[in-house]
Amino acid sequence: MKDSLFHHHRKAITSAMYTNHLFHIFVTIVTATTFLFIIALLYTILGKGLPKLSIDFLFKLPDELEAGGGIGPFLFNSFYVLILSLLLSLPIGIGAGIFLAEYAPNNRFTEFVRTCIEGLASVPSIVFGLFGYVLFVEYVGIGLTIIGAAITLALLNLPVLARVTEEAIQAVPKDIREASLALGATKSQTVLKVVLPAALNGILTGISLVACRAFGESAIIILAGGTSTSGFMWDFNLLSQGGTLPVHLWYVQSEALVPDAKEIAEKSAAILVLIVLIISFTVRLPIWIQTLVAKLKTTPRQS
Amino acid sequence: MALPASEVRAQHEQQKKKQWSMKYMKNKLFRYVCLFSALFLGIALFSIVIFISQTGFLVFKDVSWKEFFFSATWEPYEGKYGAAVFIAGTLYLTFLTLLISTPIALAVAIFISEIAPNWLKNVMRPMLDLLVGIPSIVYGYLGLTVLLPFIREKTGALVGDGFLAAALVLTLMILPTITRISDDAICAVPNYLREAGYALGSTKLQVISRIVLPAARSGILTAIILGMTRAIGETMAVVMVIGNTAQFGWDLITPTSVLTSNIVMQIINVQFHSTWNYALYMMAFLLLFISLVLIVIIRKLRPKGE
Repeated sequence: MKDSLFHHHRKAITSAMYTNHLFHIFVTIVTATTFLFIIALLYTILGKGLPKLSIDFLFKLPDELEAGGGIGPFLFNSFYVLILSLLLSLPIGIGAGIFLAEYAPNNRFTEFVRTCIEGLASVPSIVFGLFGYVLFVEYVGIGLTIIGAAITLALLNLPVLARVTEEAIQAVPKDIREASLALGATKSQTVLKVVLPAALNGILTGISLVACRAFGESAIIILAGGTSTSGFMWDFNLLSQGGTLPVHLWYVQSEALVPDAKEIAEKSAAILVLIVLIISFTVRLPIWIQTLVAKLKTTPRQS
Repeated sequence: MALPASEVRAQHEQQKKKQWSMKYMKNKLFRYVCLFSALFLGIALFSIVIFISQTGFLVFKDVSWKEFFFSATWEPYEGKYGAAVFIAGTLYLTFLTLLISTPIALAVAIFISEIAPNWLKNVMRPMLDLLVGIPSIVYGYLGLTVLLPFIREKTGALVGDGFLAAALVLTLMILPTITRISDDAICAVPNYLREAGYALGSTKLQVISRIVLPAARSGILTAIILGMTRAIGETMAVVMVIGNTAQFGWDLITPTSVLTSNIVMQIINVQFHSTWNYALYMMAFLLLFISLVLIVIIRKLRPKGE
């Protein structure tokens, strides 16, 4: 009796369901472990550094030999270089995205441009850094500067911005465009006044991604901006050295002579993570609120 | 004195024409600005390739390509520029990283896209996006202060630097990249395929392993290759945990070096017009070349019309 077709099938089905259960458990455990690990890491960085933070540390000048120095100029440079690079890359990156989404004909030329953009996105940051070094230190001859770092960093931002803009614009429904065109607007007016505002959410998310990446970039800064700063606060001179906070973290961790290097590194790492968290939250918050409001508005109608 | 009606109309027409032509000028101009922006990215890529290769290929004036690619002696002070250690190191490290990260990333992607309830998805996806944004230097710092002592304790190695530490740090860094893109690829598989599977009596595992994953294959492969480009090009996190010694480190816990870490450690102290510097640029060109080849492969993988 045990060898009947019925028994055979039941056995196969039971074993299939059994493996299915195992698979469920396995995947869940792997995911849970991964996320616990991630949370533990964030907690380690923030927990070590944040309690020791003081306002003083954020704005004070660094000290080469004695304990108690701050990170003022490095933090300032980080934001300065970031903002400069965004100013340089936003118009071009968004322009390229608009071209790909709105104007690009479906031919070999467009294929080629797309390949170039993806290629640029995959260029290792160290190669960007070397490029910046050849360009600004060897050919232009201005040495390691803030402006050199910002321009090189802008190149890193460009392909991501172009891709994100393209995706955001493609997600805008066609009828809005047609309505605008039907009212007699030209294509450029339609794109600038109708499509771009509608795609703003997606573009903003993209910008926050880019900003986080540019803020944390260190290989480019070391090669094009240097590892130190001009040595005083609020130095807007574009030609002074452009060491940023991530570079300083590397420097402190590997070469610094100060006795409290470990503490400075802990605090710097915590600040880096904190700022990245803040950048991504401030950009996403309005979007979350929007979706929440939209949800609240639609729920009563459904019920 | 009022102008005759015909003249007023003519003036009006003229003004309107002017407005129209301005409008169309602007329209055309905007198009060209956008086109130029897109072209600018191409120009940037080409100038990078040209600048780096120009400097890099100068190395072959002093060093034969056989020595550069196949000799493992890197002693710049004695004029020996064999980059084999670094090239093999980069390939080995990338392979190790993918070996560890791909299964984990796939499992997490499957969990998020197929199993997790919606609220959990909405928590997990932003968290992974956040991980991408954390500076690589922080990962390196974590590896240095948390992972290395742990490895030293477990294996009894002297310093703990080496491929194992670097691969683990890189795994953490490329995990979100691979996970998110595979997740997108799995979500893009149309639902009717799943439903057909269930209707035939398949279990979830059977649907996932025999229908969903094969359907999302090219997307998942793209994810893995993108993770690979990130692993190959990553510099600062690797520099802090690899040990930076020009020797093979096959046993995973011997200090060694890869292309990126060697470039960044030595470039600062080197004269620009020296064979040493040219050799470093050649190594950068290799990195660039590998990344570009990978991107071309990704584009070939993609179905036409996307």
